[in-house]
This record gives sequence, C-alpha cells and structure tokens, in this order.
Amino acid sequence: MSDGPASQPGGSLSAIDKASFKRDLTDVVPHLRAFARGLCGRPDLADDLVQETLLKAWAAQDRFEPGTSMRAWTFVILRNAYLTDMRRNRFRGEYDEGVAERILTAPAGQEEPIHLSDLHRALLTLPAERREALLLVGAGGFSYEEAAAICGCAVGTIKSRVGRARAALTEMLANGAIPRRSTDDEIAHRAILEELDVVAAGNGVSSRP
Amino acid sequence: MASNHTQGGSNGGGDDSAQRRPPEWADGLKQLYDSVVEEALPDSFKDLLDRLDAIDPARGKGAPRDGRETSQ
Repeated sequence: MSDGPASQPGGSLSAIDKASFKRDLTDVVPHLRAFARGLCGRPDLADDLVQETLLKAWAAQDRFEPGTSMRAWTFVILRNAYLTDMRRNRFRGEYDEGVAERILTAPAGQEEPIHLSDLHRALLTLPAERREALLLVGAGGFSYEEAAAICGCAVGTIKSRVGRARAALTEMLANGAIPRRSTDDEIAHRAILEELDVVAAGNGVSSRP
Repeated sequence: MASNHTQGGSNGGGDDSAQRRPPEWADGLKQLYDSVVEEALPDSFKDLLDRLDAIDPARGKGAPRDGRETSQ
C-alpha cells in the first residue's frame, strides 16, 4: 500500500517520483497502443502487449531515470515483449479490419486512392526490424538517434532500415502488389519469424531493459 | 562502354531521391498511428494502473494475480 513512503527497501523512488511515474506511464499508454498496433496488427493482441508492457514497466520503475523520455523507455520494453511473444508464435500477422473502411484522400491527379488498410497490410509484410524502424521514425516521430537507442543499434542501421522499408512500401503500393489473403500474410510472417531468429541470436535484442 | 557506365550511375541517383523524399503514403503512416493515439482509452488500462499503484513495487509480494505474468 502507499501508506509507507518512508520505508523503501530497494527502491530509491520518493512518493512524488512514484506519482509522477504513474502519471507519465498513463500518458504514454495511447502511444504504446499505437506502436503495438503497428507492430502486430491485431488490436486485441496489441492491447495485450501494452498491458504486458505496463506490468513490466511498473516492476522496473526504479530503473527509470526521471527526466528521460517515458515514451522511449516503454517502447524498448514493448518491443522486447513483442519480439519474445513473436518468437513464441503468438502473432500471426493479421491486420486491423477496422481501418479497411478508412481511405486516404487521393493526391490530386491520381485516380487510385491509397487505402490505409493497404498501407497497414503492406507494413505488416515487412521484416520486423524494418517495420519497427519505420514506425518509430515515420509514425512515432522519433529521430533516427532516438530510434537507434530504442532498438539498441547504430544510427546508420536505423537509417538503412527506414530507407529499405520506405522503398519496399512505395514499391508495393505503386504496383498494388499487396498480399490480400491471410495465407499470404502467413507466408510473409514466417519470413519475418525466420529473420527474427537471426536478429535475436545475433544482436541480443531482448537483453536490454 | 564508358557511356553505359554513366547511364547506370544516373539511374542509381533516381533511386536515391525516391528514398530521401517522403513518399506520398508517409502521411498515411502517421494517420494510422495517430488514429490509435486518439482512440478513447479502454478502462482496462486505467484499472490496471490503479491496481498496480495499490501495490508497493519494492515488496512486490502481493503481485496482481489476474492471470498475467509480472516476472521477467
């Protein structure tokens, strides 16, 4: 309970720090949901992932440095949880049917509008590491440097992943070569899983708190 | 031969600029993200944080038993 702020075995957090931690964590939940949705596609699984992230963040709160970015800190936790879950084959690369209704306004002079659902589906076919790089920079508004810190890799690596992800999406959207059926998603996802094994083995991506 | 080589180079340049300029779908990516950020937050998240807040993380013995792992 919160009636004993004076005795804090193992924790250096004051009651004020604790309250501000909770407030910061609460504020960042919508962003965690958006990042998770982009990573794993399905809203229900994404929300499970966010809950898991909140539990882990809470348990690790004395490792959070006040004044640093809560969003970046929790994104690291979320991506590690995602990578772990994905290796357990929990996610199957399904996409959000809900966005299928929403349509991007077509640029002038272009007959075919780009559907957000197409974009999302195309995004989900990308290898996990490129997808997350693009999400962090292109959707989350992180700098290359921040994204590199979140992913635990070099800035140049992030730049290259974002560049490749952009090129792949542009290609897919321009050609309309976006997987439609869930079988395609499964094939794409298997490729992602295989790539992930390599990544996880080589980079120790899950070892960073 | 030499002129062939130059042509190849200029093709590569075109590729490069395609990567640097934000593609027309770039705004869609932000829309996807922002549409989730702006969604009403399900109560389950606030409930979870309130439950966690009622527990002293340092002691941690009374970890929430709602079927989810807290360890790791």
